[in-house]
Amino acid sequence: MSAFIETARQLDWSPLWISLKTGLVATVISFFLGLWAARSVIRKDYRKKSVIDGILTLPMVLPPTVAGFFLLLIFSRRRAFGIFLDESFGIQVVHTWLGCIIAATVIAFPLMYRNARSAFEQIDANLVYAGRTLGMSEFSIFWRIVVPTAGPGIAGGTILTFARAMGEYGATSMLAGNIPGKTGTVSQRIAMVIQDGDYVTAGVWVAIVMVIAFAAVFLINMFTGKRMKNIRKW
Amino acid sequence: MERLYAEIRRKAGDFELDISIRSDCGRIGILGASGSGKSMTLRSIAGIEENVTGHIEAGGRVLLDSDSGICLKPQKRSVGYMFQNYALFPTMTVIRNVMAGMKGSKEENREKAMDMLRRFRMDAYADRLPGELSGGQQQRVALARIMVTEPELILLDEPFSALDGYLRDRMQFEMLEMLESYPGQTVMVSHSRDELYRFSEELYVLDQGRILTSGETKSVFREPGNVAAAKLTGCKNFSAIKVHGSSIEAADWGITLELKRDIPEWANHIGYRAHYFEPVWGERQKNCIRFDLARMDDLPFEKNYYIKPELDEEGSGGFLCWFVQGDEQKLLDEKGLPDYLKLTEDAVIFLE
Repeated sequence: MSAFIETARQLDWSPLWISLKTGLVATVISFFLGLWAARSVIRKDYRKKSVIDGILTLPMVLPPTVAGFFLLLIFSRRRAFGIFLDESFGIQVVHTWLGCIIAATVIAFPLMYRNARSAFEQIDANLVYAGRTLGMSEFSIFWRIVVPTAGPGIAGGTILTFARAMGEYGATSMLAGNIPGKTGTVSQRIAMVIQDGDYVTAGVWVAIVMVIAFAAVFLINMFTGKRMKNIRKW
Repeated sequence: MERLYAEIRRKAGDFELDISIRSDCGRIGILGASGSGKSMTLRSIAGIEENVTGHIEAGGRVLLDSDSGICLKPQKRSVGYMFQNYALFPTMTVIRNVMAGMKGSKEENREKAMDMLRRFRMDAYADRLPGELSGGQQQRVALARIMVTEPELILLDEPFSALDGYLRDRMQFEMLEMLESYPGQTVMVSHSRDELYRFSEELYVLDQGRILTSGETKSVFREPGNVAAAKLTGCKNFSAIKVHGSSIEAADWGITLELKRDIPEWANHIGYRAHYFEPVWGERQKNCIRFDLARMDDLPFEKNYYIKPELDEEGSGGFLCWFVQGDEQKLLDEKGLPDYLKLTEDAVIFLE
C-alpha cells in the first residue's frame, strides 16, 4: 500500500493532461461534426441513410488498429496527402499531438453521431414545423428547439464521446505513437509500464482511470435521469 | 375579408389529395374522417408538406404556384398553424414560447408577448414550462404564440381532440371568443361534426382526398348531396330508392313514401336522421315504417333504438337507428313502444 502511495506521489502526471486535453478537443470536434452529421443523415431517404450511417459508424465497430492503419495511409509523411500537408502548411500528424486528436476524434465520433441521431429521431417533427410556421430560421430552430429538446440524449452522447476519446489506445498508438510528454496518453502509459512489469504504477493509473470513467457514467445518468423518471418499471 | 384560394394536389403512395377551396368566410371548416386528407390539406397550405402542386393564395398573396415555380417557405407564408398536440417547445417557458417567432428587440417582444398572454389569461403562467400546464392552458398558449406573429391565416388541426369532454366544450366556446378579434381567416379541420357545426360558417366535407360537398355549414348539414357526405354529417339511415311519379320506393326500409316535394332527378338514395322519426301509436299513417325492435342502448341523455323494418318481401334491409331524447322519451315511457315510426316529409334528405 505504501509503495502505491509513494508511486502516486512521484507520478509523472503528463499522460493525464495529454489524455484530458485530447479528450476535450476530440469531444468538441465530434460534438459539432456529430450534430451536423446526425441532422443531415435523418433527412436522407432510407437507402442513402443506411449507406451513410454505415460509413459513419464504421470506426466504432472496426478494431481501432484498422482505423489506425487507414489514418497512417492518409497522413504518413511518405504519402501524397501527408507530404502535401507538411510542405504546404507545415502540418505534421504522425507522432504529434495532432495525431492524438485525429485518432481520438475518428474513433469517438460515431458515439456522438449515433446518440445525437437517435435523440433527433425521437423529436416530435411538429416542433420543427411549428418553428417554421412561426417564422423561425432553420438555424434558430435547430439550436433553440431541436438541440435543447434532444438535450439528455446529446449530453449522454457527449460524455460517452469524451470517455471514449480519452481512453483511445489502438489508433493513437499507431498514428501518434507514445512519446512521453507529447503523445503519451494514459492508456499508452499503462500498457508501457505493464510491459516493464511495473504493476504498481499501472495500478495507480488504473485507479485514476476508473474514477474518471465512473464519474462519466454517473454524469450521464444525472443528465438522462430526468427522462428516466417517466419510464415505467416492468 | 381576405380570400383563401387553394388548389392542392399531392400524391403520397396510394393516397391522392386533389381539392379546391375558395372562400371569403372568416371561419372555414373541413370535415373528414381520419385519413381523409384533412391534415395534409392544412400542412400543404402552411408549406410543411412536401411535393405539393397547385395554387395557393391567402391574404392577397400567392403562397404556391407550381406553374410559375413559386413556393414560399413556411417561414414566409404568414400562416399560423395550431397542431393537434399544440407543439409547444418543451424546454422553453410559456413566455419564451410566445416570443419564439417574434422579430425585433427583446424588450419590446417581451412586452407584446406578455400583453398577448394577458389577453388569453395566461400571464400568471409566463414562467412555467409547457409540461406543467393543463391541456386547455397549453392550447391557449399555442394560440397566443400564433396570434402574436399576426398571421394572415390561422389553421387549426383537430384543436380539441387532445382534450377531454368537459374541457373540450369549454375550449370550443373560448376558441370562438379568442378568434373574435382576429381579422384574418381561420380554417379548422376536425372529424367532429358538432365542433364544426358550431365553429364554421362555411364547410367542406372531405373524403379520400376529394371534396364531397361544400357550402354554408347549415345548408351542408341540411342537404349533404351524397351518401358519403351525409354519413360524415351524422346521418344514420340510408336507403336506395326507386321513383314512381311522386312516390318513392325505399326498398331498404320496406316502405313507399308519398311526398309533396319535388324529387330531384339525380337522387338515387335518401337519408333520414336518427333524431327525426316520429312515433305513431294506433292507426297507420302516411310514410310510416312498421318495425321490430332489435336492440336498445341507454345513453346518459338519450336512448338509441336499433330497429328492423318490416319488409314487404324478403329483402336485405339492415337496421335503422332511432335516437330519442327528452320529452319524446317521456312519452315512450308512458305509452310503450310505438306501432309505427313516421318519416317527416321535410326531413327526408335526397342523395346520390
